[in-house]
Amino acid sequence: MALAASGHAGDGRVTGASSRRAPSWATVLALVAAAVWVLPYAWMVVTSLKPLDEIARDPTAPLPARPQLDAYREVFAQLPVARYTLVTVAVAVAIGLLQIALALPAGYALAKLRFVGKKTAFGLVVACLLVPPQVTFVSVFLMFAKVSLTNTFGALVLPFAASALGTFLVRQALLSVPDEIIEAARLDGASELTIIYRILAPLLRPTLVSVFLVSFVYHYSDYFWPLVMTTDDTVRTLPLGIALLKEPGSGVRWHVVMAGNVILSLPVLALFAIAQRHLIRGVAGRA
Amino acid sequence: MRPRARSHPWLMLGPSLAAWILFVFVPLGLAAYQSLFAWDMLTEPEWVGAANYAALAEGGELWRILGRTLGFSVLVVAGSMTLGLLLALLLDRPGRLFAFVRGAIFSAYVVSWVAVALLWVLLLDPDRGVAAAVLRALHLPRVGFLSDPAAAIPTLAGVTVWKITGYAMIVFLAGLRAVPRSLHEAAALDGAGALARFRWVTWPLLRPTAAFVATTSLIVSFQAFDVVRIMTGGGPARATTLFVYAVYEQVFMNLSVGKASALAVVYFLVLCVLAALQLRAWRSRPPGTRGTAA
Repeated sequence: MALAASGHAGDGRVTGASSRRAPSWATVLALVAAAVWVLPYAWMVVTSLKPLDEIARDPTAPLPARPQLDAYREVFAQLPVARYTLVTVAVAVAIGLLQIALALPAGYALAKLRFVGKKTAFGLVVACLLVPPQVTFVSVFLMFAKVSLTNTFGALVLPFAASALGTFLVRQALLSVPDEIIEAARLDGASELTIIYRILAPLLRPTLVSVFLVSFVYHYSDYFWPLVMTTDDTVRTLPLGIALLKEPGSGVRWHVVMAGNVILSLPVLALFAIAQRHLIRGVAGRA
Repeated sequence: MRPRARSHPWLMLGPSLAAWILFVFVPLGLAAYQSLFAWDMLTEPEWVGAANYAALAEGGELWRILGRTLGFSVLVVAGSMTLGLLLALLLDRPGRLFAFVRGAIFSAYVVSWVAVALLWVLLLDPDRGVAAAVLRALHLPRVGFLSDPAAAIPTLAGVTVWKITGYAMIVFLAGLRAVPRSLHEAAALDGAGALARFRWVTWPLLRPTAAFVATTSLIVSFQAFDVVRIMTGGGPARATTLFVYAVYEQVFMNLSVGKASALAVVYFLVLCVLAALQLRAWRSRPPGTRGTAA
């Protein structure tokens, strides 16, 4: 995995060093860094394959003497993993799609239209970037509780329907789309919505893919919001379920917790391996 | 000249604005309003004016939370920026090994906080953890990474740095790639060594990137919650009760909406002040003098 990272494309460009070959100290340091970031994952997998008595006897043995999948069976027996995963993926996909659907017209208005109050509107978008959900969750929870919407899909999705960051990125991308395309479409009688969703959206594909992926990864992994907005099992998400495997008092069974960790992390790591380029653009593109 | 749009721009902004008003601005106002009441969500709210703020300030709890969170943030921002920049400089090289290491480091940023927090609870476990085994092997004293109040914040900061350094690295890599190669070659011809070239060529051009990374990682570190809730539960002896966890605790454990809202308001104001200060600090030097002051 991860071989095509961040678009180097083998151009041989080396910053701050004139040689084309990496010096050996750089290779050694890179291996050290790899160890710091890869070994913890390896430990997670190793521990998940150990039987409980091995963990009790020799918790830091580098490899399981009798590797087995009992811990995974236990996770599946203890938690409705399939349902939690389904809920989590549905929430993350719904948020990603809504963000794109709303960011396109908003970004279009901010990038391509002239109107009174445009600066104010743009200021509002930037202001929203400054207000994390951690500031608003108490009030939003009480609002949802008032209309009995806690423990619903809506409580997990709707607060994230509009993304300030997504709107901002769509606007930036649209600034480099020539106005002639829009004018030609208007002359052909296209409505504004046709222009936005049929003509501009395909042109913005890379941006939209990045926005979706960054949002998907964030909300698939999110722990804070589902924890706050749910009090029972109806729309429990996978990160919450996995965290429940290590509840104080239950006597931590680390092989089960780590098996849960692997189940939680694998889909994201797989997505990352496939779509690393888009994710990195989505993250670095904010700069 | 652009022809007039056929539907009004505010209509296109409408759905997004509606969502932001409902889920950002109204809740902000509501938090400010609720902070003036004593309310346990069971009985009727009771007007208390600024008493919630006074109560939080009086016992010193507010300042302790603020100090703790700031300390944590300083560690996280300094750690992840330094490490991210060094790794970016180290790994900005062609070849499969470097690409793999870049990917491995960034992958931690993508993986769930839950997974990372649980994993590090195990790694740092005083009896079963790998870290403890390493300390034993080196005949170093036992460290209660999560049980010693003095060690807990640096430990959480370390785990957070591990998680988000990949982010800083990726943004710095993008910044490095924007530095024209010809500048490096010119500097090298003038006899500048690698350090001098970083100091006088790379760093001045990287400053805007650094400002961006600093601001975003500050905001991320100020939002820390998952590591606290999963790794320490705010303890030991409240040593890791950071801002967001304190708000959570007030509303869901103490059932005190008023105090939780007051804390949330202060939290928001601190966030605004920090963002403004940081922007000012990074903008204070005019472009022509970039990099001339040490």
